[in-house]
Amino acid sequence: MKPIYFDNHATTPVDPRVLEAMLPYFTEHFGNAASRNHSYGWTAEDAVEKARKQIASLVGATSKEIVFTSGATESNNLAIKGVAEMYAEKGNHIITAATEHKATLDTCKHLEKKGCRITYLPVKGDGLIDLDMLRDAITEKTILVSLMYANNEIGVVQPIAEIGKLCKEKGVLFHTDAVQACGKIPVNVIADGVDLLSLSAHKMYGPKGVGALYVRRKGPRVQLTAQMDGGGHERGMRSGTLNVPGIAGLGAACEISQNDMPTESVRLRGLRDRLRATLEANLEEVYINGSMEHRLPHNLNMSFAYVEGESLLMGINDIAVSSGSACTSATLEPSYVLKALGLGDDMAHTSIRFGIGRFNTEEEVDYVAKKMIDVVNKLRELSPLWEMFKEGIDLSKVQWTAH
Amino acid sequence: MAYSDKVVDHYNNPRNVGSFDKSRADIGTGMVGAPECGDVMKLQIQVNAATGVIEDAKFKTFGCGSAIASSSLATEWLKGKTVDQALEIKNTDIVNELSLPPVKIHCSVLAEDAIKAAIDDYKAKQGAGAPAEAVTH
Ligand SMILES: Cc1ncc(COP(=O)(O)O)c(C=O)c1O
Ligand code: FES
Repeated sequence: MKPIYFDNHATTPVDPRVLEAMLPYFTEHFGNAASRNHSYGWTAEDAVEKARKQIASLVGATSKEIVFTSGATESNNLAIKGVAEMYAEKGNHIITAATEHKATLDTCKHLEKKGCRITYLPVKGDGLIDLDMLRDAITEKTILVSLMYANNEIGVVQPIAEIGKLCKEKGVLFHTDAVQACGKIPVNVIADGVDLLSLSAHKMYGPKGVGALYVRRKGPRVQLTAQMDGGGHERGMRSGTLNVPGIAGLGAACEISQNDMPTESVRLRGLRDRLRATLEANLEEVYINGSMEHRLPHNLNMSFAYVEGESLLMGINDIAVSSGSACTSATLEPSYVLKALGLGDDMAHTSIRFGIGRFNTEEEVDYVAKKMIDVVNKLRELSPLWEMFKEGIDLSKVQWTAH
Repeated sequence: MAYSDKVVDHYNNPRNVGSFDKSRADIGTGMVGAPECGDVMKLQIQVNAATGVIEDAKFKTFGCGSAIASSSLATEWLKGKTVDQALEIKNTDIVNELSLPPVKIHCSVLAEDAIKAAIDDYKAKQGAGAPAEAVTH
């Protein structure tokens, strides 16, 4: 039996309706959308323009403001590097946050080496940035603020509209990595005051390897230095023959998510809250990481104190989730996102991220909850820390032999 | 990460889980690692003072599956050995027995450290003669 998939922040399965929309563009309508002289090209172009509308509609933009990319990693790179190069004369300062995705953080690190100054804002214990701190960080040299809409580990949703308003006031461009938010909660570039927005198909039941960048055309008209040179596709911002089937899939994914969002978000919130309630009712010493109030409806991130994350994953090997434990990471470092919330390494090691998705059921939630409870209890019996906790020993006062 | 069958077996059926009263003179307790590092191992031996033979061993581990398996295996190996023989158990023996991949070598090192710490604790108590005050590292 395949494991129950509860890792929908990592990626999502392709919705069959999305696949349906993609299939004609592989063998039948395989044309190059840039071929202007025959019907193969026109058909492909029609598909691309339809997708552009569907994407624009989901985020409240216009078609002409959508640039297709290979995914959000590329969208973030294009937005941040593109602004840094285009506006180099105006300034060299960029503001981001410690909890951003690596696609943003490493892009900023790259620019730092090239002479940009980057401010990495800390976050509060609930994962939210402090607006006053953002305001104070903006200088005359600031050209861009890049803050994610919703976090991929803890699902915490930033006050995007307030950030947008502040950036507008200060005349600074605002980019948001909305990969985890698009299609899940209402996102509107006008209401939110966003100038650049990254999204990715495979996080919203579309295919992998395709995404988009929204680039504002009016008030202000945002310009970018291309990071991929070539045939001048996408109004010169991103050369390369368009991935027509992928784009058709991204478009369909956006339309479906937009239509289903009102009911789907309520259903997923119900499942998430059920999972949380069952775990909290049956286990002591479990802690939620990040704000519960400002959070994606389908995310739960919990620390199961005194039980190491990788051993937990091993016990629930018929469930696909992920952990912030160092033991599960290639670098042997615990999650930097959880650490940025001020969580001790000990709590980061015991964290599990649940991402519930479109195809999960209530039965699955109940199974996962029961399994988690059983395995946590079993591992606590094995845990010297649990034993010490039960004996009333204050673990923070123990002299550990760190190695 | 795929686990070897032996790691899975020790994880599913850990041997010798538990605790001895660490204040007893015939018990040596080794506690190594730190919660911040994601691994803490407690390993205890019960030694027959007349023969120097480890008659029983118990463990509790907070750590990954490989750390749990390493300490579970260590308790199996310790039983029946003399204290001096026990000092010869090397982390590489554990790595080989459990087929641990390179990233999990430190889990076996921790088990070797725990064995040494337990023996040190036992010897310290013997040296001190009377039942020593329990030492928690
Ligand atoms: C918040 C966030 N940004 C960016 C990315 C990267 O997206 P992609 O996989 O489309 O490059 C991801 C996915 O891992 C993400 O969760
Ligand atoms: S205890 Fe962390 S990798 Fe084994």
